[in-house]
Parts: sequence; C-alpha cells; structure tokens
Amino acid sequence: MRTLVAIALLGCATLANAQAVLIRGATVHTVADQGVLTDTDVLLRDGKIAAIGTGLSAPAGATTIDANGRALTPGLFGGLSAIGVEEVSLEPTTADAGVILNAPAFETQWRPEFDVTAAYNPRSVLVPVARVEGLTWTVLAPASAEGGTFLAGQGAAVTLDGRYDAVLSNSRSLFINLGGNSNALSAGSRAGQWMLLDQAIRETRSPSANDEHVLLHPAGREALAKYLGGGRVVFGVARAAEIRRVVAFAKRYGMKPVIAGGAEAWVVADELAREKVPVLLDALENLPYTFDGIGARLDNAALLQRAGVRIAFTQFNESHNARKVRQLAGNAVAHGLPKDAALAALTAQPAEIFGLAGERGRIARGQVADLVLWNGDPLEVTSAADQVWIAGRAVEMRSRQTELRDRYLKRLQ
Amino acid sequence: MHGIRYLLCCAVLTGACANVPAQPEAKKPEVAAVPIEPANPYPSTYQAGAATATLIRGATVLTGTGTRLDNADVLIANGKIEAVGQNLSAPGGARVVDASGRWVTPGLIDVHSHLGVYPSPGVNAHGDGNEATDPVTPNVWSEHGVWPQDPGFQTALEGGITAMQILPGSANLIGGRAVTLKNVPATTYQAMKFPSAPQGLKMACGENPKRVYGGQSRAPSTRMGNVAGYRQAFADAQDYREQWRKYEREVAQYNEKHQKKSDAKDKEDEEADEPPVPPKRDLKLETLVGAMTGDIRVHIHCYRSDEMAIMLDLSKEFGFKIAAFHHAIEAYKIADLLAANGVCGAEWADWWGSKMEMFDGIQENIAFTDLPQGGCAIVHSDSDEGIQRLNQEAGKAMSRGIRAGLTIAPERAIRWLTANPARALGIEQLTGTLEPGKMADVVIWNGTPFSVYALAEQVFVDGQLAFDRANPPPQPRSDFLLGQPGAGAQP
Repeated sequence: MRTLVAIALLGCATLANAQAVLIRGATVHTVADQGVLTDTDVLLRDGKIAAIGTGLSAPAGATTIDANGRALTPGLFGGLSAIGVEEVSLEPTTADAGVILNAPAFETQWRPEFDVTAAYNPRSVLVPVARVEGLTWTVLAPASAEGGTFLAGQGAAVTLDGRYDAVLSNSRSLFINLGGNSNALSAGSRAGQWMLLDQAIRETRSPSANDEHVLLHPAGREALAKYLGGGRVVFGVARAAEIRRVVAFAKRYGMKPVIAGGAEAWVVADELAREKVPVLLDALENLPYTFDGIGARLDNAALLQRAGVRIAFTQFNESHNARKVRQLAGNAVAHGLPKDAALAALTAQPAEIFGLAGERGRIARGQVADLVLWNGDPLEVTSAADQVWIAGRAVEMRSRQTELRDRYLKRLQ
Repeated sequence: MHGIRYLLCCAVLTGACANVPAQPEAKKPEVAAVPIEPANPYPSTYQAGAATATLIRGATVLTGTGTRLDNADVLIANGKIEAVGQNLSAPGGARVVDASGRWVTPGLIDVHSHLGVYPSPGVNAHGDGNEATDPVTPNVWSEHGVWPQDPGFQTALEGGITAMQILPGSANLIGGRAVTLKNVPATTYQAMKFPSAPQGLKMACGENPKRVYGGQSRAPSTRMGNVAGYRQAFADAQDYREQWRKYEREVAQYNEKHQKKSDAKDKEDEEADEPPVPPKRDLKLETLVGAMTGDIRVHIHCYRSDEMAIMLDLSKEFGFKIAAFHHAIEAYKIADLLAANGVCGAEWADWWGSKMEMFDGIQENIAFTDLPQGGCAIVHSDSDEGIQRLNQEAGKAMSRGIRAGLTIAPERAIRWLTANPARALGIEQLTGTLEPGKMADVVIWNGTPFSVYALAEQVFVDGQLAFDRANPPPQPRSDFLLGQPGAGAQP
C-alpha cells in the first residue's frame, strides 16, 4: 500500500514537474483550526502543501516568493458551473450543459446516466478567465433545459489547472431541480415531481420488463441505484416547504442531500442543521424572483451559519462570470456573516460538501497545493489575485481577456 | 411640452410662420397649427416630500464634479443642495447628521433598468418589457408597463439609487420610449416620473432582434436586416416630418390669406375656405421625429465596436444624436471614437460571454472608455441585483483600471454612476452632482462606497430621508410583499 502511494505521488510529481515553491511571510488564512497566521511561510512540494511555519528554509532549486504580508488563501470554489462545458451560452454547438430529448410528456425518459463531465474541455477560454481570479476548482452541474428533464443528470468537481483528466474523485453527484421552474418538465405540477421521482425509484428497485412507458433505461437504473445507497444528490429548491420534503425524501431513500438555491432555507435552518444538510446559495438573492422564493433575504447565509448549517457560495447559470462568487461572500459579510465563515464558504465548506475535504479547501500539511496570493482583502471587490497555484504549480496569470486588455490599452495610450 | 417645442422648431426651420412671432402687433391667426405631438398626455405627478433641512457633517464628500472634499459638510435645505464645504452652520430646526468616517456622494443613477417592466416575481403576467410582436415599435412607452409595486425599487433604494431610466427590452430594433423615474414609493408611475426629464428611445443592435424575428422567419434575421430596419423606419420618419412641415406651411399660408381678407373686410368666400387638415397621427413616426429633433434621447443596446460605428453613421444619416451605447462590451476598442462623438458607454464591470457578441468582454472596459479626453463611462446594471450595488461594480471597474496602470481617483470614478448617467439622461442640470441648487439626491455611506462592505446608511431624494438603515421601514414598501409570510425581511 505504502509503495502504491509512493508511486502515485511520484507519478504526480513527474506530471506536475513540481518544483518546490516557498511562499514567505504571508498572512495565511488556513481555514482550519489554526485560523489566520501572520508572517508565515508555506512550502509547496510535489503538488502538496509540505510545511507551514516561520523561518522555513527553501529546498534546493525551490522558487521563493516574498508575500510581504499579503493574504494567502486556499484556492476558491467556482460554484456550480458549466466552465469548460459551455463556451457561448446561446450557441448550441458550444453549449453542452444539459441533455434535451424533447420527448412528449407521456414518453418522457430520464437519463440519470448522463454525466456532464464527459463534455469538459480544459482548453476552454473560460478556464483561464476563472483561474486567474483565484478559482481553482468548480463543480460541473448538468442543466435542466426546456425539453429536458428535471432530473438533470450527474456532475462532478474538476480542477481548473487545464489538465484533461480533471475530474476530482469522490465528488460525483446527481442533480435534481425541483419547484415551480420545473413544472413544465413534470406535467404541470410540482407534486408531479415527487410522483415521477417515486416512479424512478420503483423502477430502479424492481424493474419491470414489460412496461413500455418506463422512465429509465438499464443504464439509468444502474446510475440511480448508486445514489440510493448514500450518494450525494444536489436538489435545486427554494421554497421552505419543499426543502423539508427534500430532507424527508432523501432520508427515506438513503441519499445524502445538498440544497442548491435555498432562498427560504433560513426558514428551516434548525431542521437543516439537525439533519446536517448543507446549502449552496447565492448570497445576493434577496428578491422574490419566483413565488417559490418569496422569503429571499440578504442575511440568509448569516442565519444559516448561525444555526449551524454548512453553507457554500455559488451563482446559478453563471459560468463566464464565475469569478463574481467572491463578491457574494463579501456581501454576506456586510449582512452579518463572520469573515472567516465567508472565506470557508468559498473553500473548506464546499470541499467538505463535495467529498474533497481530505485534499482541498484548507491550507494544511498534506493538502493539494491550490493557493491564491491576494493583493488585498480576499473578499473585497477591489482586490485581485496576484498569483495562483494549482497542485503546486504557478498558474500563468494570463487569459484571453488580459490579452485583449493589453492589445487595446496599447492603442489607447 | 414636446409638442410645443416641435412646433417652434418647425416654425423656425421652415420659416413658414416666422413672421408670426416677429410681428407681435399683427392680428392673431384664426387657425393654430395642430402640433405634431400634443403636450405630454401622461404628465409627471411627482411631488417632492416635505423635507427638513439637514446638515451632514464631517464626511468625505465626492461631489460628482470630480472633486473630493475631506472632513466636509453638506447642507440640504428646501429639497436642494444649499452648500458644500467646511464648517457650515445648521439653520434653526435642521437635522444634523454626524457623518465622521462616512462618505457622501450624489444619489446613484442607473441609466439602464427594467424594474417595473420586468418586475419580481418574474411571472408571465409581469413580462411587460418587450413588445416583441414587431421589430419596430417606437410607439410603445415603457412607462405604460411599469408596475410601481416591483419590490426591486426598494432594494435599489437601499443601494443608493435615487433615479433610474426604465427602458423597453432589446427584442426589437426600435423598442419604444424609455422613462426616467425618481425612486420613491408610489401607487402610480406618474407619481415616480422624474419631472421634466426627457424621454429616451430604446434601440437594439445585434443578436437579439435578429434572433427573435429571424426565429419566426421574419425580418430581421441578419445584421444587414437590422440596419435596413432602422433605416427604413427613420426614412419614414423623415417623410412624416415633411408632411407636418407642409401642413404647417399650409396653415401659415391660410392664415396669411385669411388675414389679408379680414384686413380687406372681404368675407364673401370665407365659408368655402376650409383650414388645412393635419396629417394623420402616426405614433411610431412621431417618436422617431422626436429623436431626430433631440427631444427624445437615443439609447442603443449595442455590444460590438463595429456595430457601434455603424450606428454612429446611422445617426448622422438621419440627424439624431446618440446619448449612450448600452452594454457596449467592446467600447474599449473604440473609446476614442465614442469620446470624439460625445457618446457615453454604459457598461457592466465584468459580465461577458453568454452571447457571441459578448465574447470580448474585459474588466477594464469602463476604465478604458473613461480614458480619452471627453470620454464618458457609465456603470449600469440592466439587473435588479446589479442595481442594488452599482457602487461595488464601480469599485471593480476602478480597481481593474488601476491594476492596468491607469490613475483613477474615487472622485473620478463616482462620476460613472452619478454625473455621467445624469448627462446621458439629460437631467444633469437637476441632479447627479452635489452642487448648490441641485436636487438634494444624496447618499451617506458607511465608508468608501467602492467596497464590497459598503452600505448606504441614509438615502435622500429631494432632501427627504427616503431610506434610513438605522430605522428601516417596519413593513415592506411593495404591496405585493405585504402580508407574505417571511417576506420583506429587512437588510
């Protein structure tokens, strides 16, 4: 076993060509028990965080960076997105986030076996645009589009360092979008959503060979079965009453639920805390966009955190500007969320939610060296990332947007 | 009001009735020409609330004129800015606000909002922003679709927004007239309508119109079709204007003839002498004529630099002035051209990419638009979320410009969301800066407004305290939210 690990590490090191990096004198936001460490050094080696302390000496050949007190944080979570899955949202040949079978209602087929990560393109221009802003990973979420299904399929976390095999193990999740916005996909009623979910589960558990109008193919039943035994299921849901139904449903069928959206999650915060159900939320959502989210408010994040609910920030249907997720965190702070909790909701908490806590989300020895050095307060809109590392490698701080900037600034001056 | 100005304008241009005002002693014509557009039949009923005099003391003041004053006072009296400076004294009965450590700015103005026409909740019944039944609908007015109970007005106020332009959407080549509103609670839109603000005309370039109509196998389905559509519409408007000018000449001739007759006391054939009949009103062309005369200000949704240049040529072809390009994702590529033409670029700080025409967005766009001499950059929202934090959008844009090596002081950047939008909307004489005599539209911030942690503590509209974070309204302002369980939670 030990040999296997060693070989794996060696492989990693070769792949990453990982030169050691020593970051000196940073304000290290560990997002771990140690809290914030001032004037501290962090050593990155073989793609991992090798040491944290003061007066660390640089190994031979290591690159040394003087942080001069600048903030160093774990790499940020880009939220649920379609980064690398959609290049231009409105161009169908470049947008792969959802499966659309356009079947009539009575012939609806569900495809839980659809896995959006199979469309991921690490060479998408969206990847560097996100990366240079400190986003080092995201969760690719399948979309429920018109003509598709509200059980959208599977997604998973990917690292944004540009590698082809980018999916992070343990993070695969099923995505189900409930509520009024899915009524058109559930025969006109949100009650129909529970009806169809129950049918899918029955088909999974006891497939009938003769029924022509089945929801699931064998591959779909197989895929769904994995989630009935403790798999992670992300439920897009806003209304308090429906959040409670999700919690009960997930419990009944042995799923590990995650609430996405949760405009009214604060109403049932105590229940979510008790059942250890985390919430992915957009902290800027304070208007009743739908009748499902009448109770939307700016202190949703603060109320949930205070009640003991695990939260993480995400935008919805926003891949190009995924970098705005930092602004969500800052605004949550302005509306009552402690700063350390806000940073955790961009780092350690989403890593925990998606099964990656052992390797990502904190600055701790042995964690993957996904780090960001900031020129100011990491949550402030006027701050920017000075340098990003993913798996111990310094990211080239360029994107198509910085190229455009440089070309036209020259012409203006 | 528009109508009267059109009439005067025509009189001067044609010379047909120039002799009327020039000879005040002459007998009054018996027939007055019907104006091309009658006085606004949907007038503002906005009434500034009774405002106590207020002295804001000891703040960092960004006046919106490009000046920053430290440890300065702002005196508000009779709903107007009375004075800005140091050691001002409070008149008797004035409310005094200790604003040490606070920043004070003009009320923020959003040049691009769809509040009220695409309100929350976004149900089918509320989709009142696009008359997407014809690509050319200059006859529709956004104000006739504004729902004053949109909860988004209050959340915008809490973000310091004191005035905003509500535009029709971008489905159409020419989407209709836009209206500027004061951000005050009301049960009718007329009670929010910014008094004497000119109306806007919304036009749209690019993908949206050609997608909406091309998808129905109608014109336009290409950018070529888009431009043909604008040109035909304005050509029709030129013809319409000519019909009215002709009519006005006929009225003048008629009166002249009539006057001579009455001088001669020759009334024999007067019965048979019918006065000229005005052309049939055309509400579409009437709006376009208003744009050509400058009474209605042209605002164009346009992303690409090449398309903005085409629209500048179009404006010259038909003799109208463009107030601002909205969204203007590629303004940074033609910042010099925009500045030279005196056209503002109204932009987002960082949104990009959802459409092909948004693919070249950069975060320095606003700063670069602002860079040339005469550049006019505006931070806009087009969003019920973005309008709540235009100050943060400006913070992003400012910091990205600085990071690119430019020098941008806060007193410069604040103009992007105060004085510059006021200029584009034609209300710069009334609001947008903290200068004596202007409307007292003022925001007190808890610190620098360009921060993610910035909160508007007090917002004044015409000197009246419209929002006070320390004493939030006990109930939601919107009737829609009233009595909804858990709704209208305070910030």
